[in-house]
Amino acid sequence: MLTFVTRRLLLAVPVLLGVVFVVMLTIDLLPGDAVTLMLGEHATRDAVANLRAHLGLDKPFLVRYLDYVGQLLRGDLGRSFQQNRPVAAELSDAWPATLELTIAALLIAAVVGIVAGIASAVWPNSLFDGVARLFSLFGLSMPIFWTGLVFIVIFSLWLHWLPVGGTGSLTHLILPAVTLALPSVAMIARMTRSAVLDVLREDYVRTARAKGVGEVWVLGRHALRNAFIPILTLLGLQSGQLMGGAVLTETVFAWPGLGRLMVKAIFARDYVLLQGAVLVFALAFVVINLIVDLSYGLLDPRISRQG
Amino acid sequence: MDAWLRFRKNRLALIGLALVLMLVLAATLAPWLALHDPTRQSLIEKRARPGAKYLLGADEFGRDILSRVIYGSRVALLVGVVSVLIALAGGLVLGTAAGFTGGWLDTVVMRVVEILLAFPYLLLALAIVAMLGPGVLNTTLAVGIWGVPAVTRMVRGSVLALRETEYVGAARALGAPAPAVLRRHVLPNVLPGLVVYATLFMANAILLEAALSFLGLGVQPPTASWGLMVSTGRDVLLVAPHVATVPGLAIMVAVLGFNLVGDGLRDALDPRLTTTR
Repeated sequence: MLTFVTRRLLLAVPVLLGVVFVVMLTIDLLPGDAVTLMLGEHATRDAVANLRAHLGLDKPFLVRYLDYVGQLLRGDLGRSFQQNRPVAAELSDAWPATLELTIAALLIAAVVGIVAGIASAVWPNSLFDGVARLFSLFGLSMPIFWTGLVFIVIFSLWLHWLPVGGTGSLTHLILPAVTLALPSVAMIARMTRSAVLDVLREDYVRTARAKGVGEVWVLGRHALRNAFIPILTLLGLQSGQLMGGAVLTETVFAWPGLGRLMVKAIFARDYVLLQGAVLVFALAFVVINLIVDLSYGLLDPRISRQG
Repeated sequence: MDAWLRFRKNRLALIGLALVLMLVLAATLAPWLALHDPTRQSLIEKRARPGAKYLLGADEFGRDILSRVIYGSRVALLVGVVSVLIALAGGLVLGTAAGFTGGWLDTVVMRVVEILLAFPYLLLALAIVAMLGPGVLNTTLAVGIWGVPAVTRMVRGSVLALRETEYVGAARALGAPAPAVLRRHVLPNVLPGLVVYATLFMANAILLEAALSFLGLGVQPPTASWGLMVSTGRDVLLVAPHVATVPGLAIMVAVLGFNLVGDGLRDALDPRLTTTR
């Protein structure tokens, strides 16, 4: 078990290095220059060259990449160009808010999506199934930044139930979390429905029913345990999408998290900060997938943890 | 054509097709459909409520929202179609190369693809646009590049499976050169899956363009882009909610249309994968 975790974490290292490489290479290959943007169009050539040298941007790409990786190994994420603060400090200010938002959204998505999906599969083509499927169709088609604004209009402006944005209390969390969760609720409900329907057609379910096992027991003991494997994979993938969606939700609800920090970094061409934020997102994604893989073993003893 | 017969029987898919056709019509006939100039400002009429003159109201600058929504369909379709083409072209080349030749090329391509796929989609597109800078062309590029890894994986998967089929083996045994085998035996069989993928990708491309424009990193003013319109409307959300909410409806309708058509095509082309049991 422990060796499995260590191995997976070690395997994550090349992936993270690859992510950093891809991000830095994109920055390098494509036009648009941080220094010119920082100094403005009318800066002298000397000033540009000086700042470039100061920031280390005059060195060849591979040297900069290795420098950055070396820095990372020493636990140093560099300094933000714009804020002139350590990137690590900027990130540690922002990540708890994003974690809070995405975990809340993931919980909502998992609970609502799985329950709705199971109900749809148990009573296929019922009224509930129809409504749930229509809802997931819309959930997948609504841009979440727009959903968030519509929620603000309805629940803050018209009904005065919830605050427009910002953080502080649990009431501040409700609208952003629900907004962020909606597309995932739709995906998970769809997937759960088809996974449970598949399992319910299996021979062992028919055998269990033929033995006279009660319907609740069939569902809980035989069907759901097996249906949960694909659902779990999807949950892992969805948490990645939630992090992406957090960028939009945080912008709409003025939520002070990593997503907003990243957008700010992009506008300021603050590449060091941007790289740091991307790295945190990638690391979170690796950890989530590790947790998903570990829970496979708990659900299904046939899947060994040696692989 | 039993695929078309199956598609025609699917009511939701037909609704989707109608929505997509509506979008295409709006985009092609925009100058005749729009009653007002989408960029004409009128400060007296700013934030006008929906009414007789402006059916869907006017925005922060007094521009007719309906006309801007109609013109916005051009941006959505343009970015969608071109980025789908970019994703398909890139994915086809990489996926075929990786799947057909195998070896180290396959390993390298698939490792990179895995890394890119592990990435939340919006973050990847954001990273690309951050480097390219905003604008219609760059947004299209970013959305297209974002789609390449997924298409690559799909194409490689089908090419790998097809490579092992008997008829491909037979063609090669008869001495057919690799390009001919690819063109005549492999690619035609990858195509149906690709069509489904392209349709569903259109839906996501429109969503992604809207999201990037909403963040201010996509299409720039004064071009009428739906995402940008929602973003402008956001500043006056509390006094004039219609400015932000109406263009969002257009995004939803367009995305819904392509999603429905994509689902319908998948069910029609591959009955085994039916989602609507």
